[in-house]
Amino acid sequence: MVVKAEKISRTFLRNKAGTNFFYAVQSTDFQAESGEFIEIVGKSGSGKSTFLNMLAGLLTPTEGKVYIGNTDLYLSEDGERSQFRNENIGVIPQGQTGLLSLTVLENVLLPSKIYGKCDGEKIVRAEELLKAVGLYDLKDVYPNELSGGEMRRMAIARALIMQPSVILADEPTGDLDEENTALVMSLLKNAAKGGATVIMVTHDKDALSYADKVYSMSGGVLSEKTA
Amino acid sequence: MNFFAELSLKNLKRKPLRTFALSALVALLSFVLFGGTILVTSLKNGLDSYSARLGADVVVVPYAARSEGQFEDVLLQGIPGNFYMSSSKIDKIANVEGVDKLSPQFFLASTSASCCSASVQIIGFDPDTDFSVLPWVNRKYGGSIGDGDIVVGSEISVTTSGKLKFYNVECNVVATLERTGTGLDTAVYANMNTIKQMAKNAKELGFTFLDGVNVDKSVSAVMIKVKSGYDAESVAAQINMAVTGIRSGSSTSYVSGVAGGLDNVSGIIGALSVMIWVLSVVILGVSLFAICNERGKEFAVLRAMGASKKSLYKLIIVEISILSAVGASVGVILSGAFILPFGAIIRRSLQMPYLVPEWWQLALFAVAAVVISVLTGVIASLFSVKKLSKNDAGLMLREDA
Ligand SMILES: Nc1ncnc2c1ncn2[C@@H]1O[C@H](COP(=O)(O)OP(=O)(O)OP(=O)(O)O)[C@@H](O)[C@H]1O
Ligand SMILES: [Mg+2]
Repeated sequence: MVVKAEKISRTFLRNKAGTNFFYAVQSTDFQAESGEFIEIVGKSGSGKSTFLNMLAGLLTPTEGKVYIGNTDLYLSEDGERSQFRNENIGVIPQGQTGLLSLTVLENVLLPSKIYGKCDGEKIVRAEELLKAVGLYDLKDVYPNELSGGEMRRMAIARALIMQPSVILADEPTGDLDEENTALVMSLLKNAAKGGATVIMVTHDKDALSYADKVYSMSGGVLSEKTA
Repeated sequence: MNFFAELSLKNLKRKPLRTFALSALVALLSFVLFGGTILVTSLKNGLDSYSARLGADVVVVPYAARSEGQFEDVLLQGIPGNFYMSSSKIDKIANVEGVDKLSPQFFLASTSASCCSASVQIIGFDPDTDFSVLPWVNRKYGGSIGDGDIVVGSEISVTTSGKLKFYNVECNVVATLERTGTGLDTAVYANMNTIKQMAKNAKELGFTFLDGVNVDKSVSAVMIKVKSGYDAESVAAQINMAVTGIRSGSSTSYVSGVAGGLDNVSGIIGALSVMIWVLSVVILGVSLFAICNERGKEFAVLRAMGASKKSLYKLIIVEISILSAVGASVGVILSGAFILPFGAIIRRSLQMPYLVPEWWQLALFAVAAVVISVLTGVIASLFSVKKLSKNDAGLMLREDA
C-alpha cells in the first residue's frame, strides 16, 4: 500500500526562549510505494520516532494528513483506525516492547488475538517466524527471561504475523549483532519483495545497503539522501 | 475465552502481590458492608419482633418493676424476674376510659435446683382473655393450652420425652415458638392454673421470693388493648392517674429505648460504611492510577498492535472487576463467618433484640455487598480510564516499561 504524508507537523510543549512549543516534525511531505524499502536516518532527537508514530496512526499530527492506501488515517475514529492498523500495519516500536504477562509465542500471536483471528494457520505462521528469528526454542518463555536482542527479534516476528502491507520499524536492529541484523534485514527485505511498504528508522550503517531509498531527518525536516 | 479477559487474568497472576493488596482492600469494604448490613437488619428485625411480641398497646407493671426496668430485662435479655401486684388492680384498670381488652400475666422465675428442669422465665397467661400470646402460639399450635401444657421459646431445649418440670409440676411441651431474638426466646408459657400451682409448690419448697405474695390474688403484668380512636399514650397516662402502686406505659415506651439504641448503632455502622467506601474509592483510585501510569508502555504496545482505546478500557475494567469480585467474595465470607455464629454474644453485649434475617435475605445482602464493592472498584478505575483516553498511544510508547 502507498504510504503518504502531506505536510505533517507535530509540536510538543517545551519552554524555550519566546515560545512554549517546538516542532518535533515540521511540515513534512513523504511518499512510499508498495514494495519499497525505505530507511530513515538522523540524529537522536531529530524527530524520527515522532514521524513514524504519526504514520502508524499512533500520534495525531498537529497539522497535515496521513494516507495509507486510500485511507485518510486520522479521519476515522479510534476503533476503526485501530482495527485498520491491526490488519494492515506491522509496527515495531522503539525500545523493549514485549508484554510481560504473555509468553514469547503468545506475544507473537498477540496481533491476531486482538480481533479474534488467531487460528491454526496463525499458530503455524508464528512458529515459522519464531524459527526464522531463531527464537523457536524460547517460545514458551516469558519476555523477562529474554535478552534485549531476543526481545527485539520477538517484536519483529510479532509485526509480521498479520502479513501487513505496511511495516513501520523503529530501530529494529538496535542491539543486534551482525548476524542477527542480517537475518532481520532479510526478513524485512523479503516482506518488501512480497509487496509490503517497509519504512525503517535506523542508526545502523550495516543496514543501509538494503534500502531502496534513504531519507535523513534533521530538526524535524525530512530530506532524501542521494547516495 | 475472550482475549482481553484472558490477558486480564494473566496480568493479575503476574503481579500477585499487587493483586492481593488491592483485593484485600475490596475485601475490607465488602466485609464492612455485609457485616454492617447483617448487624443493622438483625437489630431492626429484633426490634420489630420485640414490639410485635409485646402484642399490647399498653402494659401495666408494678411500680417498682417499672422503675428498675425489670419488665424490659425479661423481654429483652431473658433475665428472670419476679414482681407482683394485687389482682384487684385489674378491675380498676378496666374502668379507665379507652381500655378495650385486658389480660393479666403472672411471672415466675424457675431455678436451677432439682425441682426444675432449667432456670428460665415462666410466663403465665390467661387463655380466656389473652390477645398477646396466643396469636404467636397459634402460628405453631392450634390446640388449647390446658393445665400442665406449656409452650416454649425457641432457645429452650426439649428432651425427646417432650416433658419439662418446674417446681415439681410435670409439663407437656405442646409447641416451640418462632425465634424473636429477644429474651422471650428463653421463656416458657403456661396457663394461669399451671403457673399458680408452680408458685404454690415453690412456696412450699421454701423459696423466699414469694414471701408475702398471695399467689391467687396477684399478677405481674396487665396487657391492654385500647379502643380504636384512643391513643395508647394518653390511656397509659389515665391509668397512671387512676390506679396507684403501678406503672403503665405504652408499648412504644418500652420499645423506644431500644429503638434509640438501634438508631445509634445504625448511625455508627452507616457512618463507618461511608467512611470505608470513600477510603476505598480514594485508595483504589490512587493505586490504580499509579499502576496504570506505570503500565503506560504496556498499553501503548497493545495500541500499536491494533487494540482500540475501548478495548484497553475493557482490559482495565475487567481486571479490576475480577480482582474486586474475588476480594469482595472473600470479604463477605469472612464477614459472615465472623458475625453469624456470634448472634448471642452480640445480643448480650448490645443488650438489644437481635434476630438474624432469613438465609435468602442474607444471600441478597451478600450479593449486594459484592456488587457494590465491584462497582466501587470500577468507579475507582475510571480515573485511570480517563487519563488513558486523553493520551495518544505514541506518547505512552516513550515511557519505560
Ligand atoms: N511526548 C513528548 N513530549 C515532549 N517532547 C517530546 C515528546 N516526544 C518527543 N519529544 C521530543 O521531540 C523530539 C523528537 O523526538 P523523537 O522521539 O522523534 O526523536 P528520535 O529522532 O526518534 O530520537 P532517537 O533516535 O533518540 O530515538 C525530541 O527532542 C524529543 O525530546
Ligand atoms: Mg526514536
